[in-house]
Amino acid sequence: MSLELTPEFQLIADWIEPHSQVLDLGCGDGTLLKHLQTTRSVRGYGMEIDPQKNIQAMLKGINVIQSNLNGHDLEHYFDPHSVDYVIMTQALQVVSRPDLLLENMLTIGKQSIITFPNFGHWKMRAQLSLRGRMPETSALPYHWYDTPNIHLCTFKDFEDLCEQKNIEVIARSVVNTQHQRTLGMRLWPNLLGEVALYKVKKRASNQA
Amino acid sequence: MTNSIGIVTPQTLHIDQPLQLVSGALLPQYDLVYETYGELNAQANNAVLICHALSGDHHVAGFHQGETKPGWWNDYIGPGKPIDTDRLFVVCSNNLGSCRGSTGPASLNPDTGKIYGLDFPIVTCRDWVNSQNALRQHLGIEQWAAIVGGSMGGMQVMQWAIDQPDKLRHAIVIAAAPKLSAQNIAFNEVARRAIMTDPEFHNGRFIEAGTNPKTGLTLARMLGHLTYLSDDMMGTKFGRELRADKLKYSFDVEFQVESYLRYQGEKFATKQNFDANTYLLMTKALDYFDPAAEFDHNLSQAFARTQAKFLVVSFTSDWRFSPARSREIVRALLDNDLDVSYAEVESEHGHDAFLLPNSHYEGIFRAYMHRVIQESASL
Repeated sequence: MSLELTPEFQLIADWIEPHSQVLDLGCGDGTLLKHLQTTRSVRGYGMEIDPQKNIQAMLKGINVIQSNLNGHDLEHYFDPHSVDYVIMTQALQVVSRPDLLLENMLTIGKQSIITFPNFGHWKMRAQLSLRGRMPETSALPYHWYDTPNIHLCTFKDFEDLCEQKNIEVIARSVVNTQHQRTLGMRLWPNLLGEVALYKVKKRASNQA
Repeated sequence: MTNSIGIVTPQTLHIDQPLQLVSGALLPQYDLVYETYGELNAQANNAVLICHALSGDHHVAGFHQGETKPGWWNDYIGPGKPIDTDRLFVVCSNNLGSCRGSTGPASLNPDTGKIYGLDFPIVTCRDWVNSQNALRQHLGIEQWAAIVGGSMGGMQVMQWAIDQPDKLRHAIVIAAAPKLSAQNIAFNEVARRAIMTDPEFHNGRFIEAGTNPKTGLTLARMLGHLTYLSDDMMGTKFGRELRADKLKYSFDVEFQVESYLRYQGEKFATKQNFDANTYLLMTKALDYFDPAAEFDHNLSQAFARTQAKFLVVSFTSDWRFSPARSREIVRALLDNDLDVSYAEVESEHGHDAFLLPNSHYEGIFRAYMHRVIQESASL
């Protein structure tokens, strides 16, 4: 089966140990989970609210649990530390309380992998500062009034939240929507990276 | 969804091997009436068992000769339908204790030569699984590709997955619950009292007495039917619409909803000729269903030996077996790291939604059955 994969998904696959247990929050049509099953032999479940995407994921043979990430579904279904990786791609910015969800993800998962559109990217900054308008880009192709992205943040914002919540960044990377990684993105990720990828875990609590 | 299997004919399997029942009673011999659709393939790995609900039977799809009404799940079973009879061999048997052909309270008791009546032993989901297991062997099926059921049928599917872990690859549990709530049992008890206090009930010997406790059975069905519908749907369908053009201030039927419920109840007791003793038995089997009870009331433990992959489906307006009950099942399956998918289908039709057309439901069902078919083909 040929799957068109974004570099984002390829990077995620590199971060996953083979044969681990994975939970994909907002799994969409199941492309990532299917890829991880094929290339990393993971076992796992997708969680997705949209009925049509549930059907598409099921057609790929994915275990998908229709759930609402704004509710208590995660805690209802999973015990603390019961999953190796809780993954959430491009969904942190659409939930009602990203901070609480992040906390939950790191309670249930030993590690979490999170990707989100970087609101600090130069295109966003330019549109707001030069045109005085809410940015609309290929990474965020919505109007201010119909966007599902209600909690956008920059790399720096996200890392501040991690610091505040005693969350350790194990790895981070950036990609752009043209499927490239450039030297500039490595040097100035918050300015040139369109999509942020983070692998995080909770710091041991006895240090506090 | 117009494709039909066409004319179907029930068959009967007579079993002389006594069946030890959970209650301790022994059923010396019994008949199972069943229907099959499609062809069992050479490897015998494409067989799907359908488990029916409380008032259901083995006639799940297609038409009986001379009938205009198809089987109860005709929308979902047939050529090109979610349970695709071009690819799968579909089996549905009538549960023991029923009144539709399998041995039940209206059958003759071989020990006495008289009609069983209330002497027919209480049967449970486990007894049904054991009897269906005999049918499985008779049909030469080593392992079901899937077992599918809604409501009480969904409970039977779970019982299969718990009791016979290596005899099914997929379990599809629709609009079910891991056990009845006190409220569920209470509704059943009111239904049973309505039947058993009907003067025509004659302690279950109404056939010999030449009577039919149709008043009690009608009430029982009206009550049951009420729990299958949602408040919203009744509001939409009937509201406070009157039967006549103005109020009569009498105890006659005033509102359309009263007329509808009476019609449903009476149709069940007379035209459909449902057996009152069977209604009692089926509601009892529901009350007793509680697979966790043997495992310290831990549902996760109950599924510890289970191997099947699951699809669990619930409907948003179902308050008889609400989505929360299905989520309990999903949680227990996840605790065992079993493969499970879950869909919560938006519907205004209450518990009845599992029988009705719905595009999300059909999409999920079709996608999951596609997986079942693919896996069977690759064995």
